[in-house]
Amino acid sequence: MAEKKQVIVRIKRRRSPKESAWWEEFALAWRPSMNVIICLRDIAENPLTRDGKKTTPVSYDSNCLEEICGSCAMLINGKARMACSALVDSLEQPIRIEPLSKFPLVRDLAVDRQFMFESLKRVKAWIPIDGTYDLGEGPRVSPEVQEAGYPLSSCISCGSCLEVCPQVNENSKFVGAAIISQVRLFNMHPTGAMHAKERINAVMQPGGIQDCANAQNCVKACPKNIPLTESIAEVNRQAWKQALLGWLIG
Amino acid sequence: MRQPKIIIVGGGLAGLMATIRVAEAGVPVDLFSIVPVKRSHSVCAQGGINAAKNQKGEGDTTAKHFDDTIYGGDFLANQPLVRRMCEAAPGIIDLLDRMGVMFNRTPEGLLDYRRFGGTLYHRTAFAGATTGQQLLYALDEQVRRHEAEGKVKKYEGFTFLSAVLDDAGVCRGICAMDLRSMEVKTFTADAVIFCTGGVGAIFGRSTNSVVCTGSAQSALFQQGVDYANGEFIQVHPTAIPGEDKLRLMSESARGEGGRVWVPRDPADQRPAKGIPENERFYFLEEWYPKYGNLVPRDIATRAIHRIVFQEKLGLQGRQAVYLDVSHIPRETLDRKLEGILEIYEKFLGVDPREEPMKVFPGMHYTMGGMWVNAEDQATNVPGIYAAGECEYQYHGANRLGANSLVSCIFGGGLAGPSAVKYAKNLDKGAEAVDASVFAREQKRQEAKNQELVSGQGSENLMVIWRELGDTMTEHVTVTRINKNLEAADAKLVELAGRFSRVSLSDRTMWSNQTLNFARELGNMLLLARVITLGALARNESRGAHYKPEFPERDDANWLKTTRAKYVSGEIKLTYDPVDISQIPPRARRYDAAK
Repeated sequence: MAEKKQVIVRIKRRRSPKESAWWEEFALAWRPSMNVIICLRDIAENPLTRDGKKTTPVSYDSNCLEEICGSCAMLINGKARMACSALVDSLEQPIRIEPLSKFPLVRDLAVDRQFMFESLKRVKAWIPIDGTYDLGEGPRVSPEVQEAGYPLSSCISCGSCLEVCPQVNENSKFVGAAIISQVRLFNMHPTGAMHAKERINAVMQPGGIQDCANAQNCVKACPKNIPLTESIAEVNRQAWKQALLGWLIG
Repeated sequence: MRQPKIIIVGGGLAGLMATIRVAEAGVPVDLFSIVPVKRSHSVCAQGGINAAKNQKGEGDTTAKHFDDTIYGGDFLANQPLVRRMCEAAPGIIDLLDRMGVMFNRTPEGLLDYRRFGGTLYHRTAFAGATTGQQLLYALDEQVRRHEAEGKVKKYEGFTFLSAVLDDAGVCRGICAMDLRSMEVKTFTADAVIFCTGGVGAIFGRSTNSVVCTGSAQSALFQQGVDYANGEFIQVHPTAIPGEDKLRLMSESARGEGGRVWVPRDPADQRPAKGIPENERFYFLEEWYPKYGNLVPRDIATRAIHRIVFQEKLGLQGRQAVYLDVSHIPRETLDRKLEGILEIYEKFLGVDPREEPMKVFPGMHYTMGGMWVNAEDQATNVPGIYAAGECEYQYHGANRLGANSLVSCIFGGGLAGPSAVKYAKNLDKGAEAVDASVFAREQKRQEAKNQELVSGQGSENLMVIWRELGDTMTEHVTVTRINKNLEAADAKLVELAGRFSRVSLSDRTMWSNQTLNFARELGNMLLLARVITLGALARNESRGAHYKPEFPERDDANWLKTTRAKYVSGEIKLTYDPVDISQIPPRARRYDAAK
């Protein structure tokens, strides 16, 4: 009888932020088209480690399972990526799974990415409409602007770009590439452009764009292929322009 | 004057729209969501949002949108509110446009529109093939703005457990669980709007997200909120099967010219591209010449089932057919469909621009949901409102593609001001309710948690869930046969019995996802019975509900709304007449123009 194919997974466990971490290894039955989520579900159904010890199911965030909600980012074989689209057959085994390291840990693989949503508030990442009552159509937008804006607005706030950024660490408040790219998006829209100054001012505060050291890791890590470095360059240009104007006008 | 307070549960499109409207009215909102609201299931909606703007000069009108929606829903929807929704749709598009949604544009800078199922008009505005994501983000941004101004307080990472009802049966707030600390807490409100989405998890695998369990709806049903038309479940014709989920391949693929086919010879082993045109069976185009690949979803799904199960023409004998966009220019595909084609490529490793996709129908949407009145989204329990997929109002027996986003935004936009009006007119606000009312509900919910974490039985949660999903998918989706429905219900009763003997593999009280899922599963098992019993009782075929034993629509006996009630621990089915005051029912057929 042929030996059943197995998937070996090593997971970094931690019960809570107050306790210390440990590793557990699991041996799962291989099936075609398995992804990391299916591995975690197998463990939830039968939480036994490879050496037969009883354990608890792994805590992790997930929702859409098609890489559009941004929930399931984690470190898989050392790389920040979405667990749902991490196919087992394309991963080297044992598959090492750890939580993102740049965000406060909740439990096991679940982390708290509230920092990103707070940053969106800081830079006023919205179009300030007067109200939801009927005010007719929006401004015309050229296909060119739409084609540049749409990819920027596909950011799923997964946090991969912050995870890989050397400027994001315990001593820094750097907002990260995703947020800067949102500033570019809203400054590009005809109505949003009316309030571009406020966003640029916000992104020139401590933790803002000047903290970027141009490592360019973000753009490689982005699961949605957002041109993050182009966004940083563009917002940087807008920030310089605004700073110079302010200096000239005094 | 007393300042009322509103709670909104659920942060998808409907919940966010309701939140914005309440905040605009100057009333504080507490917004509860299991996930950060930006991660809600609305992001999975792909193809677009309908509004009869007639921007292609085809003579489209809101009256035609209304007729298509009622006809597509096989005349089961109450008509007046559907008409209002269709009339409001162009204004909703304008609003979203003003919020900065990156809709696709024409060379003139206007919104572009595509065709969708169940209509002959280009009526669907879209942002690539990730329209739901783009709309949700626009509303999320507006809510964040209100949050920054202190009008909205978010409770993300909380799950709803139950409504707090006073001795008169009036809702005075909610009981929710903090998913980190696992603490059970109560929150007061003068009115609560539920926007808790779909029920996919009841079917095990579906196109829905993990949080779409129907748990909140079920909990409310058990507290006296009626549940209407539960048996109407939409199975989407084109999904990619997967062990963890069925990934949707949007109707927009067909809206942009995608074609569904199988080889005429089931033994044909050639790769798809090697099969000449005349040896391909474009069965939707042959069977439905007028609408072709854009027949409504229930029709397309049954056609694919017929091809696979009766005609035995599934690809390589398997449960799959081709969805082919490989004849469409790559540039068009990338501009209009990139989001979904990427999903296919990422999860299957095949480029659909080159090779036809292999798809099969998958559970997608519930037309049924909490009963709400025909005016203002109020349920039958005072103080409880509902909007979005979790209520039953807009889609009758079958929802047309791209109508869900419009119904979420319209319903949420209506529920917000309705709840505010109700709250302002209350004689006595929630703050005047005795604290014991809240304390007893909290105790009841804490006791349930305690019972689950201390259970010492031998049953496994995940195994029960799998059996639930298999039972529902096999017997309560596309084809329904009475003796199978009876067997399914018996199985559900058995599963509920076994659920009372589960043993949780995690008994800790910090971020215990197992305990949370156990709470959800208990509720899912009951709502599954509401769906199944509704299907068993309805001896006709209408929209998505198809019984070969009763193949015709039966208006004489069944032109009525199923309204399930929970009375002394039993599910009771009652029926309400349907408001057909605007369009008299007529036969529904898609092989010719209607």
